[in-house]
Amino acid sequence: MKDNTTAEVIIRVRGLKNQFGSHVVHENLDLDVCRGEILGVVGGSGTGKSVLLRSIIGLQKPTSGSIEVFGIDVLADAEAARDTLDERWGVMFQDGALFSSLTVRENVEVPMRAIQGLAPTLRRELADLKISMVGLEYLAGDKYPSELSGGMRKRAGLARALALDPEIVFLDEPTAGLDPIGAAAFDDLIRNLSRSLGLTVFLVTHDLDTLHAICDRIAVLADRKVLATGTLEDMLGVDDPWVREYFHGPRARAAFKPSSPDVASGEDP
Amino acid sequence: MMAWLFAKRSNALTMWHIQITLHAAYGTNDRGRMDQQIRMELSEARGEEADHLRLVGALTVNTVSQLYPRLRQLEPDHHTLIDLAAVERMDTAGAWVLCDLETRLLGHGRTLELRNASEETILLLESVRRAMPVKTEPVISARGLVAFLEKIGRAVASGTAFLVELTAYLGQFFDRLARMIRHPHEFRLTALVAHAEDVGLRAVPIVALMAFLIGVVLAFQGSAQLQQFGAEVFVVDLIAISILRELGIFLTAIIVAGRTASAFTAAIGSMKMREEIDAMRTLGLDPATVLFLPRILALLLMLPILGLIANLMGLLGGALMAWIDLGISPSMFRTRLIEGTDVSHVFVGLVKAPFFALIIGVVGCHAGMQVKGNAESLGRMTSNAVVTAIFAVIVADAMFSIFFAQIGL
Repeated sequence: MKDNTTAEVIIRVRGLKNQFGSHVVHENLDLDVCRGEILGVVGGSGTGKSVLLRSIIGLQKPTSGSIEVFGIDVLADAEAARDTLDERWGVMFQDGALFSSLTVRENVEVPMRAIQGLAPTLRRELADLKISMVGLEYLAGDKYPSELSGGMRKRAGLARALALDPEIVFLDEPTAGLDPIGAAAFDDLIRNLSRSLGLTVFLVTHDLDTLHAICDRIAVLADRKVLATGTLEDMLGVDDPWVREYFHGPRARAAFKPSSPDVASGEDP
Repeated sequence: MMAWLFAKRSNALTMWHIQITLHAAYGTNDRGRMDQQIRMELSEARGEEADHLRLVGALTVNTVSQLYPRLRQLEPDHHTLIDLAAVERMDTAGAWVLCDLETRLLGHGRTLELRNASEETILLLESVRRAMPVKTEPVISARGLVAFLEKIGRAVASGTAFLVELTAYLGQFFDRLARMIRHPHEFRLTALVAHAEDVGLRAVPIVALMAFLIGVVLAFQGSAQLQQFGAEVFVVDLIAISILRELGIFLTAIIVAGRTASAFTAAIGSMKMREEIDAMRTLGLDPATVLFLPRILALLLMLPILGLIANLMGLLGGALMAWIDLGISPSMFRTRLIEGTDVSHVFVGLVKAPFFALIIGVVGCHAGMQVKGNAESLGRMTSNAVVTAIFAVIVADAMFSIFFAQIGL
């Protein structure tokens, strides 16, 4: 496990406040994400997990607070500086958010069009590579999003997020709506890509299996802030009713129990 | 796995260099954008078995387009050795270029050896190599005359199936209507009234204005022509016959088709999209009774009324224009209208209304039920419904014209 005191912090959220009308979603929220880690963000419904994600990637303007990604202030810095961020992160939305009028391959090519001098044939080849890397077959590239299943759309969305080899990928509920086998395969995919490409992964999830299988660190959102961060073992010791309920509930026990010894030995080579 | 062989140094090389440099477009952020450059040094070992290359710089998506054509030019029947010691950064695009070269070399029974790759690079190369797409040819549909004929055949078949389906929906409507008459307590009066308001009352302003303007236009155009013969007074007959017999109800039906067929499709289609229709079925509710019957019935009741309003407004517009333009006073218009125009024209016009209403309602409901689980199909079916409904109304009107001509009305 990584030592968070020495690792390079690439996302730094400080004093974040999000308010919709009189409803305060976040207040004084602090969060650090280190390079190369897989951070899982959990929390009950309505605790603003997706709002946090949208705030970091600049889709939601917070009421107050500061968000720095690679040292660039997402909220305050000049547009030119923020534009360089777009090719350094990739976002996978819940249902893939593929452009419905484009084929999967064309979807993956969209971010690559920003690269000057990249020939269309080469772009196509690279898009095919990304499609294959996320585990879709070659012919899926010619299909339109409406012709794909939910799991395939998520994979295609991930391929588009990875098109420019970003340093961070944001995943919004990557395994929601997938069957357990598909979800496990998606977990493996994320972990393998993260390891081989050196990706930092920020994922919002409800899936205890995902947390257990791939997350280096977990951040729990509750009471409008990050209540606790740490490894899964740390979470089991946190003294908070919701956290205890979440990590010691029957579903959690089922998810964590059977394979724990294997994973523990597998993680430390 | 011996895919990436780390070969021993070769000696006695005849060196020549190719430099490719792509200058940074921006050099501001913390990565310094030094990765905008790649240089390939090609050391050709004549008389030996392998080409030796050295890559310097960053092998990333920003630079591959410079390197790729060069690697493409390499002879694929030489063993090739690439030194990666001076590669600062490599991403999947860069790794793909190397893997692509390897694939080509392997195709010719040659190998690619990579030397001095860092540990992460080896990992990256491995995962890209594992993911190299295996290209399969898509099934290409046949072309030529046979395919053309097949396309026509399919279009005819699907057109026929469409007509059959529409007939089935019409039959379903009559069946539910009959059941409703036998079991009146099952009928949803509130829904009927709500739909009647939506379909009828809310359409009154647009229909009235449209008909009024049509009357004005007819009077204006007719008077211009009839004045040449000194037959101005016949403008009354012209307006009365054309509006009462044809235009009043016909244009009303066109407007209602655009307004209501699309509304039916959108409402039923979005319920279909959210599986509400399926939920209804599992709860023992019949979509035809709950959704189609009140809608089509409301249309059936409202369209004749709208047609009547259109007739009145059309005559009003015509009379106004005839008065202004030709000096035919309203009372003279009235006398001429009553004497010169048979009441059968009103009958011939309004008798078409229920048929148009059925066409519009059935087309709208049918299109709504064809919506699949996504928003595009909802949009497509909505516009399909409007086009089909208007087209069908025109066809029906033409058939009525022939019918009435044959029976001499």
